[in-house]
Amino acid sequence: MKLCPMSACRWLQATALALAVLAFVGASDDSPRFKDLGHRMMCTCGCGQILLECNHVGCQSSTKMRDELLAALDKGDNDDLILQGFVQNYGPTVIAAPTASGFNSIAWIMPFVVLALGIAFAVHIVRSWKNRPEPALADGIVIPQGSELDEFRRKARKETGL
Amino acid sequence: MAALVLSGYCFLAGLLALFHRDAASARLGETARRAGIATFAAVLLAAIVLVVAAFNDDFSIAYIFHHSNRDLPAAYKFAVLWSGQEGSLLFWSLLLAGYGFILRLRYKTDQRLFAYASMIIASVQVFFLLILNFAAHPFAVMEGAVPGDGAGLNPLLQYPEMVIHPPMLYLGYVGFTVPFAFALGALIMKYPGEKWIQITRRWTMVTWCFLTVGVFLGAHWAYAVLGWGGYWGWDPVENASLMPWLTGTAFLHSVMMQEKRGMLKVWNMALIFATFLLSMLGTFLTRSGVISSVHAFAQSSIGTWFLVFIGLTLAVCSFFLVANRSHLKSEHKLESLASRESSFLFNNLLLLVVCFTILWGTFFPILSDFVQGHKVTVGPPFFNRVAVPVALLLMLLTAVGPLLAWRKTSLESIKRNFLFPLIGSVAVGGMMILFGVRPWEDPSYFYATVAAVLSALVIFTVISEFLRGGRVIAGKTQQNLVSAMIQLCHRNTRRYGGYIVHFGVALVVIGILGTPFNKEVEKEMGFGDKIKIGPYTLVCQSYTQDDNPNYGNEWAIINVFRGGKQITTMYPERRFYKASGQPQTLPRIYPSFREDLFLVTDVYLVYEGKNETTGRPIIKAHLNPLVPWIWIGLIIMVFGTIIALVPNAAAVRVAVTTPVREPAHVGAGD
Repeated sequence: MKLCPMSACRWLQATALALAVLAFVGASDDSPRFKDLGHRMMCTCGCGQILLECNHVGCQSSTKMRDELLAALDKGDNDDLILQGFVQNYGPTVIAAPTASGFNSIAWIMPFVVLALGIAFAVHIVRSWKNRPEPALADGIVIPQGSELDEFRRKARKETGL
Repeated sequence: MAALVLSGYCFLAGLLALFHRDAASARLGETARRAGIATFAAVLLAAIVLVVAAFNDDFSIAYIFHHSNRDLPAAYKFAVLWSGQEGSLLFWSLLLAGYGFILRLRYKTDQRLFAYASMIIASVQVFFLLILNFAAHPFAVMEGAVPGDGAGLNPLLQYPEMVIHPPMLYLGYVGFTVPFAFALGALIMKYPGEKWIQITRRWTMVTWCFLTVGVFLGAHWAYAVLGWGGYWGWDPVENASLMPWLTGTAFLHSVMMQEKRGMLKVWNMALIFATFLLSMLGTFLTRSGVISSVHAFAQSSIGTWFLVFIGLTLAVCSFFLVANRSHLKSEHKLESLASRESSFLFNNLLLLVVCFTILWGTFFPILSDFVQGHKVTVGPPFFNRVAVPVALLLMLLTAVGPLLAWRKTSLESIKRNFLFPLIGSVAVGGMMILFGVRPWEDPSYFYATVAAVLSALVIFTVISEFLRGGRVIAGKTQQNLVSAMIQLCHRNTRRYGGYIVHFGVALVVIGILGTPFNKEVEKEMGFGDKIKIGPYTLVCQSYTQDDNPNYGNEWAIINVFRGGKQITTMYPERRFYKASGQPQTLPRIYPSFREDLFLVTDVYLVYEGKNETTGRPIIKAHLNPLVPWIWIGLIIMVFGTIIALVPNAAAVRVAVTTPVREPAHVGAGD
């Protein structure tokens, strides 16, 4: 099949336009996804910084990783796939927080379990305190309760102007 | 070695003397006390010798060789004492001996309790001196020929704050040994009453204040030196300093319940034990290298020593806590959920949950390695997602707690006390939405809005408490409101000092909540090149380099414009330290107080390096809104603590000689 020069030219123009569009709609280093994923990973140079916060000029790890992230985003991979790719290349420590699956999920669950247990314990303590008998008082002393106590409070407020 | 023998004697003789109550034991106890005092002299002498060696560039001492050099400025030569492992352990020991010295001089307050506390402090002292003598000797001599110059101090430590930050942090860490020693002593001897709490109250508050300043100076150092634009990276060593602060804060609150109501005695013991152990854990983390950290400046095998000591301390504390638990029974019952007691209980619970979350997150990589065979990273995303919501609940309690009375609070008083703060805080939330914050669009905006509302609630609560009390005094004494509020503070320094601390905490939270609104731009800048960030335009006027005996440096001259008007010039810098051969970035920070008093923003410039091809500097500009409030909040927290430390003034007298009554708010009490 013979391709006429005019048609070839159009194809070339269309391809160039498509590439340009792709380049513009693709990930840039300030796209929200780039920022989000870049903050979910660590730089592997040993600085202990989040990938996008590593500020060593010429840091070979973070520059390379940023480029890889941009490339993966341009490729159209989803977030999980991109993160998995980084784990395969750099090991599990590249992810800045434990995943929410398998053993790692315990990392996320445990603080809330402790919070729940703590609340249950505090409620138990409060209930046991409330149910504890009053300490014995010296003869003749009566602690005001209910409306009598409210009356004392009212008088105290009136006297102090509050 | 002399200090080790003296402190060993102080511990053993003190222990023996406590078994008997005869005259011979009293004499033995007195010799133990004097040995403790002499320990301070011996450790102080050792520290002075090390500092003098640093000033004299005595590189025959390995420690001086590794942490100093001839051209190191004098202030950093002084800081050499705590810049490396051996020196900082000597410094730890010196501070502990100093605290012990003061305690042993004041022994007449309660001789037997002080003897117990002195013996316990001596045991901790023995531990540190054992390490110094046998595992991390600060005076170890260099092998072979004495080098002509030292290897230099780590560049990260060559910053003015590093001369203050470690002493503050260590004063906090070490200081908790004193309330710990009194608590354990009181438990062992079944000390009657709560006098030990009154004795240690000021110790605890001063220690807490030092630790607070230490933690915040650490954050400021990270902000001003590390150059990533943030101040808290949830690094293990940062976490290690925060954990004892959290338990110490819980102790400061719950101990009031024991003082006033005779409740939470076991809890308070457990809290002060935990605070001391977490302080030790902090030192262990910094020094052992078990967890990687940018702050772990030294790593060695002394971690094993710490683990053994922590284990032993835990065993001793647990034993006496169980054996003498009958001594720690509560004397009162809780009357209502709407009371100061229950707010303290839940405040303690939340503080400990945050503490547990941090401990858990810090050690989870080790657990993962053990269980899964590989480490995982537990970084900022984890801590932000888990600890921040709990911390916000804590802020809610900080606002609500002071308005609740001891024993019981009526619904009527809750309504009355909360009305003004609640309206004010809701208005703040509304204003944020009005100014374009969309909490429903992003979780970080949601947290920022909630944090702003809760901080406002705390601030308005504090203001309303001051106003209410001030008005009562002003009405009775015919003073103006400000004088009346100052007098109010004088009359109950602990309570109103505490409110000022809460106010400072709210400002710190306001400073933190600006994080989601941070902006950053990175650009290579030639002469006249511009960066536009927020309302600011940064223009590169020039870039140059300089040299001095300690380091060579490159820096850029950046003019900062706003609204077409130049407001300042900044000089972000990068240094190359000659002795260590290491580079160091020094960001420059401009807080915009003159332009935005309340919504103050830091313009934060980092000289990241030079493009080797073009020779032009790469500048990273950050715009960090509200950050300066964090440091202002710290100053207010310290001020509040100082107020709380001042003794209460005597009851005020009115002109007609009628004593003024204490402003008995429904929410009255400490």
